[in-house]
Amino acid sequence: MTIKEIQENIVDEFSMFDDWMQRYEYMIELGKSLPLIDEQYKTDDNLIKGCQSKVWVHAGLDNDKVVFTADSDAIITKGIIAILIRAFSGQAPKDIIEADTGFIDEIGLKEHLSPTRANGLVSMIKQIKMYAIAYQTQLN
Amino acid sequence: MIDIKSLREDFPILQRKVNGQPLIYLDNAATSQTPKQVVDTIVDYYYNYNANIHRGVHTLSQEATDKYEQARRTIQEHFNAAHPYEIIFTSGTTHGINMIASGFESLLQPGDELIVSAMEHHSNIVPWQMLCERTGAILKVIPMSEEGELSMEAYDTLLNEKTRLVFCNHISNALGTINPIKTIIDKAHAVGAAVLIDGAQACPHIKADVQALDVDFYVVSAHKMCGPTGVGVLYGKEEWLEKLPPYQGGGEMIAEVSFEKTTYAGLPHKFEAGTPDICGGIAFGAAVDYINRIGMENIAAYEHELLEYATDKLLEIDGLRIYGTAGKKTSVISFNIEGIHPYDIGAILDKLGVAVRTGHHCAQPVMEFYKIPGTVRASFAFYNTKEEIDTFVAALIRAKNMLL
Repeated sequence: MTIKEIQENIVDEFSMFDDWMQRYEYMIELGKSLPLIDEQYKTDDNLIKGCQSKVWVHAGLDNDKVVFTADSDAIITKGIIAILIRAFSGQAPKDIIEADTGFIDEIGLKEHLSPTRANGLVSMIKQIKMYAIAYQTQLN
Repeated sequence: MIDIKSLREDFPILQRKVNGQPLIYLDNAATSQTPKQVVDTIVDYYYNYNANIHRGVHTLSQEATDKYEQARRTIQEHFNAAHPYEIIFTSGTTHGINMIASGFESLLQPGDELIVSAMEHHSNIVPWQMLCERTGAILKVIPMSEEGELSMEAYDTLLNEKTRLVFCNHISNALGTINPIKTIIDKAHAVGAAVLIDGAQACPHIKADVQALDVDFYVVSAHKMCGPTGVGVLYGKEEWLEKLPPYQGGGEMIAEVSFEKTTYAGLPHKFEAGTPDICGGIAFGAAVDYINRIGMENIAAYEHELLEYATDKLLEIDGLRIYGTAGKKTSVISFNIEGIHPYDIGAILDKLGVAVRTGHHCAQPVMEFYKIPGTVRASFAFYNTKEEIDTFVAALIRAKNMLL
């Protein structure tokens, strides 16, 4: 599936929820699920220090696709990370560079991606794009 | 006794809804809300006498100057400073601290010692670290206990004839502890050191008497005590303010300027270069008047009641730990619930209309002391009610059930 198709699926899934409570409960469930990153990659090098929550991101190249794993110490942040990973991981670098994150607004989680929220997510997206650019350069 | 219901009518913002829920504003330690009386003063200034001060011979300039200087006297009386010119208008507490840190640069030698407390806001740490880097002075730290109280025994061992300056908050923003500043000041003076007290958190709760305290510098922000953001004052003893060099050069702070030599204006203008926040200063005066009409003792007594009520309610929640349990504290409760990140609690409380602060509260050394990433902080003002605390506690229990 393309990034756009995955994002559309996520938007569809979220449209089933009636209110913020259900959306948040779903996010929390996602957040509570298994670790999204191998413990060995939870290093300071991979750490994004948000003011509020910490985020770890690791990237690798597999068959010309970028594979992301990530984690956070806050559950809601981790839930959003799970959604971002679902949308961006396993995609070609070029597609990641070109993709946007407008779908996060559509699923009613916009406030968590505000630069002033300082939860590490904005930096995480920037980091995802940087990795994609680096791998794209490598592939060229 | 104060009539909370009628006081709340002075704050239109308290009527608004957030995320469809009635707003419960419990982030007063970050900034207090602004009453109509202060907003009216701001409107009156811009509608009727907006002009630059200390310059024009025209009527508006004279009116603006009179009101600005009247505000200075109101603030002087409030803090019981000996002279109006010991009150320097600033952009806020951070600005005041930086002015003094900058002023001490020429007075320090390598090896001189500065003492800071373990529970300071970053704004009362970083300017001094920068000063130490520039001068070769050494920064020492008064440690604190698990309850969030400074060790006066340890402080005694840090003080010596090399100590030049001690700086400490009157009340900790992260823990609510009321520090024994009179003891801190007296002990510092005994070795000939000056003392700066950060009054940002204390000013809405306690009326500091700078002469009785014998403090050398006391800094506050207007927005913590019902005034506007971007304005504050530095109180400095006359002898110190005379001794320190000006902070910034510019208009207003000069006596005479030529390309060969400039002489500086007297106090307070020496430290007030450029056009100040005239409206902000006047509105700060209005905020001080407003608070004094209610009475600081009344405010403190009522807030203490809220603190005790909320503390008891919160401690009923399983797994909740309060950080900062000093014998003397103000209406600030910093806490965590076991197994839950403060960010998650804050995000859900916001959805339920409750505004609290989450994070490290610009006091990372305090968080490091407790080995936690941050806390949830609820801070109460005189316009909060027990009913609001009930709703907050119910929202917190709901958040806990969702997150655990």
